[in-house]
Amino acid sequence: MTVARFWRKIPNRYNLIGTKCENCNTYYFPPRLVCPPCRRNGIIHEHQFEGTGTVITFSTVYSAPEGFAEMTPYVLAIVQLDEGPRLTAQIVCDPSEINIGMRVRSVFRKLGEEGPDGVIYYGTKFAPM
Amino acid sequence: MRDVAIIGIGCTKFGEMWHKSFRDLFIEAGILALEDAGISGAQVEALYGGNMSSGIFVEQEHVGAIIADYSGLVSNNIPSTRVEAACASGGLALRSGVIAVASQYHDVVISAGIEKMTDVGAEKAIDALASAADREWEAAVGATFPSLYAMMARAHMHEFGTTRQQLAQVAVKNHSHGALNPRAQFRNRITIDMVTSSPLVADPLRLYDCSPITDGAAAVVLVPAERAREFTDTPIYVKAATQASDTISLHDRRSLTTIDATVVAAHRAFKTAGLQPRDIDVAEVHDCFTIAEIMAIEDLGFFNKGAGGPATLDGETAIGGKIPINTSGGLKACGHPVGATGIKQAVEIVEQLRGEANKRQVDGAEIGLTHNVGGTGGTVVVHILSR
Repeated sequence: MTVARFWRKIPNRYNLIGTKCENCNTYYFPPRLVCPPCRRNGIIHEHQFEGTGTVITFSTVYSAPEGFAEMTPYVLAIVQLDEGPRLTAQIVCDPSEINIGMRVRSVFRKLGEEGPDGVIYYGTKFAPM
Repeated sequence: MRDVAIIGIGCTKFGEMWHKSFRDLFIEAGILALEDAGISGAQVEALYGGNMSSGIFVEQEHVGAIIADYSGLVSNNIPSTRVEAACASGGLALRSGVIAVASQYHDVVISAGIEKMTDVGAEKAIDALASAADREWEAAVGATFPSLYAMMARAHMHEFGTTRQQLAQVAVKNHSHGALNPRAQFRNRITIDMVTSSPLVADPLRLYDCSPITDGAAAVVLVPAERAREFTDTPIYVKAATQASDTISLHDRRSLTTIDATVVAAHRAFKTAGLQPRDIDVAEVHDCFTIAEIMAIEDLGFFNKGAGGPATLDGETAIGGKIPINTSGGLKACGHPVGATGIKQAVEIVEQLRGEANKRQVDGAEIGLTHNVGGTGGTVVVHILSR
């Protein structure tokens, strides 16, 4: 991703800020500007998530594209936040430690870098609680 | 709306075609289809070309114009349109052509699919394929396509007890079908042990659970059903052409073990055709990974949820079984030039229904189905074809 594209969403990526529809009380992460059930009747506000959740499913990635290849093997999961929404994230743990239903909390970590002289990308990963 | 028939089919060899360019491939498929239909290029009124990512793979956009130009079809200035829905681009091109003929806008239409993937290295190809997922919220945190399907496989194993052996048997079966298909990228037979000892790509999926990177093109010629006998004695009729969408990201889906867009597109197709899953004699389904075929045969209604793995291991989806699946070898063994796959599926079913599938022939096949998935299920296109 280009620098501008990544940095535009830095508050969301660093701090787990998503959105909430005040009309139907549904939480969204990644953030949505349109609430699918309410559409234009939705009232969307930013929401800071607590950062705790549960592993729904997972995989350990052994073959990765440029930018992630040096971190393999890494654990990827779909995490359901306690407020409801699900997101895709890396889990900071040994591949043998993870299981479905495991409780996790968000942590601020390096996601990758564009080579030795390139930009370092940070974001949210999750760690076992 | 009027009924539509397929009167011509063409498909290149699938594989790593170093000696053939993007344009060489679509020209070959198009000419094969016109020759099979017995018509001249001058009779073609419109063209729809399915292509996922020519901008990355060959740094060429404006694909509609280049296909019309190098196929010799610009003399009539025909409308030529590229359509895109990631790996479902081919299915979408077929459906677009069917709609154009059914709506009476055009009488003779070519629907084609093309992908030239090996002009870039594997890492760039993997990155291009990742753009079928959510670039900002899946790929950007390290998700790869195999890892997204691996997470579906993990959930399916957890929920239904699907086993590693059952997944492997999908690849074993599709390689055994591919061995009978002269167009297939892989014509070697493999064993369950070879699958389960191949390198891990994204646990629990291994190398032999994954479809390959492939070059290829395919095309079909469509006309109104009422005119089909002018061109051929063996028209194949399009009984349904349906499509459904869902969230771009896997994490936003209602279920991780059912592709809802498949269920909806199939329901619409069976309703349109007035048929049931048990009426289908042969099907080409989207086995981009072994777990995808197991989920597809369940979501299309051929087997109950959780029964897809055991049925595969019991041989029910092999040629000679209850419902032969992926007689071409599927994406796994025939290959997966993403934009071409949906059209190749139709080519295979047409050959089956005409009785021209040689060693792969399903005896007495009269009704067939194609199932083409974009991304992890954000788009699904289903066609039902009959004699």
